Amino acid sequence: MKKWLPWLVLALFTVWVLAALRSPRESSEYHTADFGRLPAVLNGRLQPLDSVARNALLVMRGKQSVALDGGGQLSAIGWLMEVTMKPEVADTRRVFRVDHPELRGLLKLPLEGSNYFPFTELQGSLEEIEKQARRANGVEAATRSTFEKAVLKLHFALNTYQRLKNSLRPENSTDFAADLRAYREALAPGIAAVRLREQGKEFNREDFDRLLKLLRNFDAMANVAYPLIVPPVHPEMAGPTWSNLGTSLMESLHTEQIHPAAEAYATMATAYRQAKPAEFNQALAGYRQWLAGQFQPQLDKGWWEFLFNSWRPFVKSIAIYTLVFLLGCASWFGWFQGLNRTAGYLLGLGFVVHTAGIVFRMALEGRPPVTNLYSSAVFVGWGAVGLGLILERLHRDSIGIVMSSALGLTTLIVAHNLSLDGDTMEMLRAVLDTNFWLATHVITITLGYSAMFVAGFLAALYIVRGVFTRSLGPETRQALSRMVYGIVCFATLFNFVGTILGGIWADQSWGRFWGWDPKENGALIIVLWCAILLHARWGGLVRERGLMNLAIFGNIVTSFSWFGVNMLGVGLHSYGFMDKAFVWLMLFVVSQLALIGLGLLPDRFWASLRTPLHPRPARAS
Amino acid sequence: MTASHSNPATDTPTAGVARGGEPQPPTDWTPDLTPRGGGGTLARLVQFFSSLRLTVVCLALALVVVFVGTLAQVEIGLYAAQMKYFRSLFVYWQVPGTPMRIPVMPGGYLVGGVLLINLICAHARRFGFRRDKLGLLLVHVGLILLLLGQLATDLLSVESAMRLTEGQSKSYSEDQRHSELAILETTAADANQVVTIPESVLARKQELRLPQLPFTIKLHAYWPNSTSVPPAAVTGPSLATQGLGVRTQFRQAPLETRMDRRNVPTAYVELMTPTGSLGTWAASLWFDPPQPVSYEGRTFELALRPVRYYRPVSLELMKFSHDKYMGTEIPKNFSSRVRLRQPETGENREVLIYMNNPLRYGGETFYQSGYDERDPRVTILQVVRNPSWLTPYFSCTLVGVGLGVQFLTHLVGFVKRKRA
Repeated sequence: MKKWLPWLVLALFTVWVLAALRSPRESSEYHTADFGRLPAVLNGRLQPLDSVARNALLVMRGKQSVALDGGGQLSAIGWLMEVTMKPEVADTRRVFRVDHPELRGLLKLPLEGSNYFPFTELQGSLEEIEKQARRANGVEAATRSTFEKAVLKLHFALNTYQRLKNSLRPENSTDFAADLRAYREALAPGIAAVRLREQGKEFNREDFDRLLKLLRNFDAMANVAYPLIVPPVHPEMAGPTWSNLGTSLMESLHTEQIHPAAEAYATMATAYRQAKPAEFNQALAGYRQWLAGQFQPQLDKGWWEFLFNSWRPFVKSIAIYTLVFLLGCASWFGWFQGLNRTAGYLLGLGFVVHTAGIVFRMALEGRPPVTNLYSSAVFVGWGAVGLGLILERLHRDSIGIVMSSALGLTTLIVAHNLSLDGDTMEMLRAVLDTNFWLATHVITITLGYSAMFVAGFLAALYIVRGVFTRSLGPETRQALSRMVYGIVCFATLFNFVGTILGGIWADQSWGRFWGWDPKENGALIIVLWCAILLHARWGGLVRERGLMNLAIFGNIVTSFSWFGVNMLGVGLHSYGFMDKAFVWLMLFVVSQLALIGLGLLPDRFWASLRTPLHPRPARAS
Repeated sequence: MTASHSNPATDTPTAGVARGGEPQPPTDWTPDLTPRGGGGTLARLVQFFSSLRLTVVCLALALVVVFVGTLAQVEIGLYAAQMKYFRSLFVYWQVPGTPMRIPVMPGGYLVGGVLLINLICAHARRFGFRRDKLGLLLVHVGLILLLLGQLATDLLSVESAMRLTEGQSKSYSEDQRHSELAILETTAADANQVVTIPESVLARKQELRLPQLPFTIKLHAYWPNSTSVPPAAVTGPSLATQGLGVRTQFRQAPLETRMDRRNVPTAYVELMTPTGSLGTWAASLWFDPPQPVSYEGRTFELALRPVRYYRPVSLELMKFSHDKYMGTEIPKNFSSRVRLRQPETGENREVLIYMNNPLRYGGETFYQSGYDERDPRVTILQVVRNPSWLTPYFSCTLVGVGLGVQFLTHLVGFVKRKRA
């Protein structure tokens, strides 16, 4: 049993990971998934409607699905269908997270209970929110209070929601397909009437008014509709871009035709409203077929990104790493062989899924792995897990397992929280739009961060095991010490080379190698810290324990460089001011200082050092 | 002696453990400060400057300076923090309410300088040229080059900007930080003669007598940064009695700390002739057109303007493109198509300057730096003259190779031990 148990566990988890690649089961008669795969353009990039829905929900409620009142979950795309086609139902879904007590007080929302509110409960306060948001907007971003930030966040969420509502049809339309039929009929006579009127000749007032009434609606829609869902009419020509439905309908004035996409969406909207799934599915299939003619690549992109969204590889990795961490820790207390092997295999699986996720994202974006803070967190974790696998292979003592699963888990959770800002595959600002430097400088420096955290975590393990358990024998101590030293050397190499590459990039694009920009200084501080660590050791200024403490301090230095400098809000590199993160950063710093405090305790406080060191006594029978 | 000698548990790659044998004290370096064998002052000095302890202290100080200097950028801005913390021997603390300045910590130049001496001494004294120290030697030579190169950049590099509207041609760039008072004689239509007075001279507020000018310049006020006073807030008559400054008044403003804004200086200058005053003008960077002055049939133009750097080559902006991502305001790319003309060599060609792809010409580099939010036809190019721009490239190659050699040596040793 012992032999095949690790394999069995691995097989089970592999099946679980692969099973998620299947197309999600439809919970209704509507072909929701196919609808979610339809391509649209938002934030300057092509994405499936599913991504539009997920990112909107993330911004509104911090989750990618909606909890239903009667229990159960509504998928993001299911919710988007309601918002766009049956808004009166969507208005009752609890999608707005309001947790600031002052804001709840202002909006007269119950102070206790759920943090999530439906649109119907906020509807009465829209004017007040608008007023407060206008005022908060005038305050400089860096000095806004938490209340002002909460107001702006809610305002943005409501704004996004209103725009989504008007994306597939005007919110107030009852039968949009009928509206479009009327529009098609009104178009030719109406345009003729307009022309006659322009020439000052007699025109048909009725035709003119009929067209004008429809156009007013479409014009309003053109101003607010959110994703650009209508593909260009002549994709082969340079310049034409995707447009939103309202704009497309306004353009019909010139083309005197209604875009097939508009017709398709209108049919779907009406069918959905009238609860006719067969008609909806037929219109959807027809539209997909039409897209396949000229927009196959876009259709494919939607298909792949939808798969990525529903697979959620990083969430899978989090689950696997959690289990690996527990198994790894448990292996130090008994049945080492079996637990170590099971944890090792699972860690390998977690790493494969993690890697697959990164590669998948790279393929979707057409970019190197790290393009923003979110992906840097994913990649730092990946680097740490990779290093941990190597260490585990060399030592087989579960240290690599525990270290890499803990770091992989933490960084993926950090990444998840960073993803709450919305689209994580956003387009890159001009200066960052260079795959060469992203692939060299950014990767090197991010691996440098990984190595710093690996060294810091190993050192923390040394101290925790030494102080609280008797498991830190001389062999483990030596092994850990050697690992920390080796990893620090690796970190020095990567951080230094990465920093220099960054300097060269800066020289290429801004005209100076070094500008004392906070992000540059942060990188320099890491390099200096590595240099201090190595020289202090070579000079005999620190011994084993000192090295560990210095390595733990390296965690603080690295987290400052990674996140702290972004919070300063100055400099060319700053790409995100995050204040909730600041609290977490401070907590992390305090925890690391506490570890260093433990590390400074005299030997008599160390469980592993208190008694003369001898191998752990064999369990008495 | 020191800790590591009696610490065989650690596997020092450079010293301490002889290959495959017993731990041995290292012989090629001396980490402590205590002089042995009664060396003279010089020996002691050399020992001090070559010690590893000094290296660690310097690195730690460097870290503190960089950290504090980075935090200070929030308050005083990037440029001021750079001058105060990094480009200085000492960082001073001004006792509030007094002119007293107390040095509180070493500045970047001092730390960097000592580190440089430390590195050179250490190599001269401890390492010499040994094969197994090749990696270390390369790393350190690279670092020395990097430090020297950055010092040279600090001292020698000149940065300026060139703002061009489509169709416009310029043979000069403008300093983004410093301004000058320029008086241009326009009496003869074809030969313009210009006299410029730098800010540092203006700040002294002395009376200036220049041989090219028929009048002397008397400074009544010089404000390194100023704002205009809104008409409603004007309380008394302007300091100026002539020119644009009569109607527009200014007041002194605190120095700008934000990186994306510049100081806008204003000076009030009175032009004195032997027969009396011609009046007082407000010369301000707020004013775009120069202000005319005439005296005894000669005509002049007076302006406070960014310091100009002229060069024999001129650039004409033909087309500026600013692409955004579909449906957003996120900039995707900027590019400037310019015509480069150098009359002396007869060069006349088109160049495309865009993000991450500058034009290097005549020892200078022209970068696509920005755009004007209000005018889509305007490009802003950054012009940098930095004679030592190549040093980081050399030094990073040296250090990279050195670290690689050192890391590999260590890794090979580690794996060998592991296998053994």
